[in-house]
Amino acid sequence: METKNTAIIKKKERRSELYRKLGPLVALIVLMAIVTIMNVNFIQPANLLNLLRQVSVNALIAFGMTFVIITGGIDLSVGSTLALSSALTAGIIAVGVPPVLAIAAGLLMGAFLGMINGLLITKGNVAPFIGTLATMTIYRGLTLVYTQGNPITGFGGGFAFQFFGRGYLFGIPFPVIITTIAFGILFIVLHKMTFGRKTFAIGGNEQAAYIAGIKSDRVKTMVYAISGMMSALAGLILTSRLNSAQPTAGTAYELDAIAAVVIGGTSLAGGKGRIVGTLIGALIIGTLNNGLNLLGVSSFYQQVVRGVVIIIAVLLDRKK
Amino acid sequence: MQVELREITKAFGANQVLKGVNLTLEPGEVHALMGENGAGKSTLMNILTGLHKQDDGTVHINGKQTQYANPKEAEENGVSFIHQEMITWPDMTVLENMFMGKEKKNKFGWVQTKEMKKEAERVFEELGIDIAFDRTMKTLSVGQQQLVEIAKTLLNDAEVIIMDEPTAALTDREIRLLFKIIRQLQKKDVSLVYISHRMEEIFEISNRVTVMRDGVSISTKATKDTNYDEIVRQMVGRDLEDYYPEMTNEKGDVVLEVNHLTHLPHYENISFKLHSGEILGFSGLMGAGRTEIMRGIFGIDPFEDGEILLDGERIDIKTPHDAVKKGIGFLTENRKEEGLILDFPVKDNISITAFEEFSNNGWIDTKEEKEFVELLVKRLTVKTAGIDLPVSSLSGGNQQKVVLAKWIGAGSRILILDEPTRGVDVGAKREIYNLMKELAERGVAIIMVSSDLPEVMGVSNRVLVVHEGSISGELNQNDLTEERIMTLATGGK
Repeated sequence: METKNTAIIKKKERRSELYRKLGPLVALIVLMAIVTIMNVNFIQPANLLNLLRQVSVNALIAFGMTFVIITGGIDLSVGSTLALSSALTAGIIAVGVPPVLAIAAGLLMGAFLGMINGLLITKGNVAPFIGTLATMTIYRGLTLVYTQGNPITGFGGGFAFQFFGRGYLFGIPFPVIITTIAFGILFIVLHKMTFGRKTFAIGGNEQAAYIAGIKSDRVKTMVYAISGMMSALAGLILTSRLNSAQPTAGTAYELDAIAAVVIGGTSLAGGKGRIVGTLIGALIIGTLNNGLNLLGVSSFYQQVVRGVVIIIAVLLDRKK
Repeated sequence: MQVELREITKAFGANQVLKGVNLTLEPGEVHALMGENGAGKSTLMNILTGLHKQDDGTVHINGKQTQYANPKEAEENGVSFIHQEMITWPDMTVLENMFMGKEKKNKFGWVQTKEMKKEAERVFEELGIDIAFDRTMKTLSVGQQQLVEIAKTLLNDAEVIIMDEPTAALTDREIRLLFKIIRQLQKKDVSLVYISHRMEEIFEISNRVTVMRDGVSISTKATKDTNYDEIVRQMVGRDLEDYYPEMTNEKGDVVLEVNHLTHLPHYENISFKLHSGEILGFSGLMGAGRTEIMRGIFGIDPFEDGEILLDGERIDIKTPHDAVKKGIGFLTENRKEEGLILDFPVKDNISITAFEEFSNNGWIDTKEEKEFVELLVKRLTVKTAGIDLPVSSLSGGNQQKVVLAKWIGAGSRILILDEPTRGVDVGAKREIYNLMKELAERGVAIIMVSSDLPEVMGVSNRVLVVHEGSISGELNQNDLTEERIMTLATGGK
């Protein structure tokens, strides 16, 4: 009888696991089908590539956010991190540092800002929401101080930096290629490496993970550093595309990133989640934006629709 | 109030939990309900209080067939259930907690604190409880919270109170107070159902004992007409001659030496030596500081003074990570909070301490991991339908085996086991003892902290007794008696 019961549990487990995996994907396909029916231009390759490029900024930030949320935390500072690291990168390019070096410096800057979040949360014992809320305004403020409130432009004609956000490789926008590579690496780190396992363990039960010998402070600090670095990467793409670093860039980006993570089925309570889900979540948000634009829906209504989609996603997730 | 449960049956899905259980409860009696985990005790009580509905059978209150629709209705009719894991509002006051959901208010919805206080005062006085009403719940000890919970049932004029493992988290003094209150309640003709795994308590406080096994009531007897061995036999359905395995007494070299460990006010000047292949028991009253000492050694709560030597060399343990790296494992007293990640599969819970065994430069070899875990699951006979199932789906005993498997997998040479059989049924207890013996024979040094006296005496090669943060005595196997331990534990000589 026992085995029969556990067999039933097992079957149920598997089924809910399947829902969890396929739910967001099905939603994405249905959404794309609906938009296509209403406006066939949506499915044109040119539009799809455009959509993917639009999605890449949010997707990159959301990938990092996935790690943070799996530990049971949150990172509200991503938008400000994006702005500050972009401004610094733009600033040093403008004074003549080679673009490739500047890009590396920008990414390290992002990781550093993320690390500060991590240390604040682990060593300072500040709740992630509060800690990153504070650094959100600090980093934004520093960006405004550094840029004196004006966009930084005039990077010259450096090919490498322009290519970053505007180039094409084999007909595919370069940001899409960067996003794909970042996804591949982070997927492996999260799901195939011990670091990812530790990340989940901390979100599942931090005290138990700590007692099992996991250096939870170090893992968490690194997780926030990853989030910062991904924000910086997204910022570089944005800066390259606009050919200027805006002091207000990335404002409210944390909300779209969190939405992508949640729609993708990652639990805000921590311990559960998948980066594939986040990718799909970002695509769903992108499809909505792109599709609603194509359909000529006013941007005011678009916000309402986006909110409704988030609620539906969360409700469906709870049903499981 | 006289309660009679007749031929109650209940199935959850394919699982027949109760197969025709009879139980009568007389006014003013303390009725102990015993049985292994999963025997059906809680389900039976949940049927009486209306949380579940039985498939068949009847409930009679004072001879009249009755069926409560839900626990609230049962409570209003004087039948209260105090659960093992109490639900409280930690940041609200004692008074607010007592009247939660049934505040007294006037016709404008204004809460009448004065009236509530008056009523609460009456109950506290009756029970001899002295706790300020305006303290927040979280500032109370677990024992005090339990008393508030009992007082709460009396606000409803409870005539039947069901207590599920009420003493599990109480200190000795709090247990004494609880018993005093239970006797007080008896005088008022309140009947109590007392669910506990602790035999000493059953014999001290109960009038009758009913033993359940596999959904059937095996026997009901007056407590004075039965004994320890008979109850255990009825609970497990077989003789338990060799309940505790025969312990060999061959110790090896000293592996761990603790000198003058101090962390005031929890413990002071703790010194002892641990040999390989020995099981060293740590006995003492609840709150004596045993758990705190172990947490100090393992690096969870750092100590202030003293030193730890491993194989004769002084080591520095600042975090659990350091301890694990030195080959120390720690099974904590509360496996749900600190031992397991409940939502995680059995596999991930076991493999968490041993990534090096199946990973390379941070890459996990999932096939090797699976083999590694399956070997441990087999060796410890963890009963699970699959290592991918969440560990929360396992019984208490099997969960505990998962925690043990984790530390065995980590290759621990020193194992600290804090209450290793708490919340574990009798059958699984035995398996855990056998495993401890097997590990000791292979040279693992084991420290066992336990509040279960028969267990301490049955399993340890040597026992240290802790009293108010200091070691008050050391007993070898030959001079181990319950009296000796209790004398030392209570500060006697």
